[in-house]
Amino acid sequence: MSDKIIQKEDLPDFLKSLKKTYEVFAPIKENGFHRFKALKGEENIDLNFTNTRLSPKSLALPQSERIFEFNLDEKSEDGNIVKEAPKDYPPTVIFGIRPCDAKALRVMNVNFDNPEFRDPWWVKRLESLTLIGLGCNEPSSTCFCTSVGSGPFNEEGLDVLLFDLGENFLARTLTDKGEKLLDEAGVNKDADSNIKKRANALKEESEKKINSKVPTDKLKEKKVNDLFDAPFWDDVAFSCINCGTCTFLCPTCWCFDIQDEITKKQGDRIRNWDSCMFPLFTLHASGHNPRSEKVQRVRQRFMHKLKYYGDKYNNGVACVGCGRCVKYCPVNIDIREVFKLMNDI
Amino acid sequence: MIEYVDTIREIAKKILEEKTVDVIIGFKKGTLPLMTEPILINDAEKTNQLYWDSFCNMNLANYLPKRKEKIGIIAKGCDSRNIAVHIVENQIKREQLYIIGVPCKGMVDRRKIISFLDGKEIQETIESDEDITIKGEGFEHKLKKDDYLQDNCRTCMHRNPVIYNILVGDLVEERKDPDPYDDVKEVEEMGSEEKWGFFSNLVKDCIRCYACRNACPLCYCPTCFVDESDPQWVGKSIDHTDTMTFHILRAYHCAGRCTDCGACQQACPMDINVRNFTRKLNKDVLDLYSCEAGLSIEERPPLDTYRPDDYDKFIR
Repeated sequence: MSDKIIQKEDLPDFLKSLKKTYEVFAPIKENGFHRFKALKGEENIDLNFTNTRLSPKSLALPQSERIFEFNLDEKSEDGNIVKEAPKDYPPTVIFGIRPCDAKALRVMNVNFDNPEFRDPWWVKRLESLTLIGLGCNEPSSTCFCTSVGSGPFNEEGLDVLLFDLGENFLARTLTDKGEKLLDEAGVNKDADSNIKKRANALKEESEKKINSKVPTDKLKEKKVNDLFDAPFWDDVAFSCINCGTCTFLCPTCWCFDIQDEITKKQGDRIRNWDSCMFPLFTLHASGHNPRSEKVQRVRQRFMHKLKYYGDKYNNGVACVGCGRCVKYCPVNIDIREVFKLMNDI
Repeated sequence: MIEYVDTIREIAKKILEEKTVDVIIGFKKGTLPLMTEPILINDAEKTNQLYWDSFCNMNLANYLPKRKEKIGIIAKGCDSRNIAVHIVENQIKREQLYIIGVPCKGMVDRRKIISFLDGKEIQETIESDEDITIKGEGFEHKLKKDDYLQDNCRTCMHRNPVIYNILVGDLVEERKDPDPYDDVKEVEEMGSEEKWGFFSNLVKDCIRCYACRNACPLCYCPTCFVDESDPQWVGKSIDHTDTMTFHILRAYHCAGRCTDCGACQQACPMDINVRNFTRKLNKDVLDLYSCEAGLSIEERPPLDTYRPDDYDKFIR
């Protein structure tokens, strides 16, 4: 670990030099909100954001990804043989990822890369990523990261963490990957102790700004069935319209569906994001649907995030406190209220 | 608008106590500034949770289909029209409903305020008849509500409920002047390629979350065509053709039924102007059949009506 200095005026050159080796994704404001986009030419990156509307999880788990291909022509040599779709995993930098979104990839990783299963596409993509985080000087009122094991300058999952100190960034390398990246980009000016002090003060100050807290301490000891049968689910679910906003904007929701799309004899097997809010998510081939009612689906989402995940992986909750679902749920279902209900029942 | 809160609570309490209804569907104050949440209340003691302000933008008619009990429902102009559509389409019975009508001066578009603030956070809001005051760290703005109305409310011609059992206040004056279809006319004048480009561009950020569809009271099909799996009709990826298929087919399914309540647009997490799909169809239905959806519980929707004396020869 080392602390370097990047002058803000040198940022364009820094990004330019990264682009020689990496594909670089960075926050860009377009049509009214921030999103991570690949830097192709002279785009203006904009670091004046709290959170991007969509998390950058699609860079590790694309919303739609062709995973296999096949040919249904039996006469053909490779007829009816399913083959892995060829693709590249170019070295990629996500510049300006927020610490909560970086932590989210670690939350997801235990699902995709564990002793039982290794998802090859996830693993290769994650390996190809280098994450340059940007600490949050001004967290939003809907940020509650400090309650769920993260924080505005949390280092988990990042390769480099940037502290915005006004005229310059302190760049803290956290992994060999991060060290190598800064080295390649010629960032070699060490931060002096005064600057380090300012960075640490900034971190403390920012953590204090997070007023939104959720309780999680009793979730682990609760019995699954007690929470499952809790009396509050009908009230929580009433307003839900069962859209996929919460799950698609969530940086930790990983559920997917696999579909075959066929044109004439040529087929593609595609993995698409799916959502536990959709009835089709659990519809059986028999026609039976174990979660046919809205209340069952709403309960599933919160139980998975706040209870099943922790019970299964012993890795906290599957929520990093980014506040996207809180802000963009069209009917204002607030996960922070559900934390309270589930923890304090 | 905010002055209606006490009246709404009183009426709701009374009709629950008198057992006129079993439940009330209304709004409660949201956990965030400029937000409200639909709520179901079945206990007269809890009616003080009911709330009303200029951010009650979801359409409560959406919560009616399949309900069996007697329901008191709070309805602004557009909600009442969608209730009428539900009654005509046999999704709910008029006798089941006690409609608490809210004369509406338009809903304020929270996104317009958020965009005006450009990242600054609201800590407190105070609403009065004409204005909304927003306060945050180092700022205080008094905004005229009329300047921040939802686009559909700007041109709304039916601000008063069309059917109701009781009103929470005096009827408001209806607009007489606006032509709600100025921008539709601009699209109509485009060439076919330009039109295709316009609509393609409209959905380029769509993430297929279906918030637009699910916020829409018209979308009550037991299985939506995009969710048909045996056989599957539409691809599930974010392939442009599939996304366009979803939006265009959904819009056509709303033709002659849409009240332009704006819930689809308010629900969209990607700020897509979903109304651009439905509004041309609303305009056509008005031009061709002199009809606007949900103004009567007696008349069938124009697209499922047949009259032997129709003035168009091709159908006779």
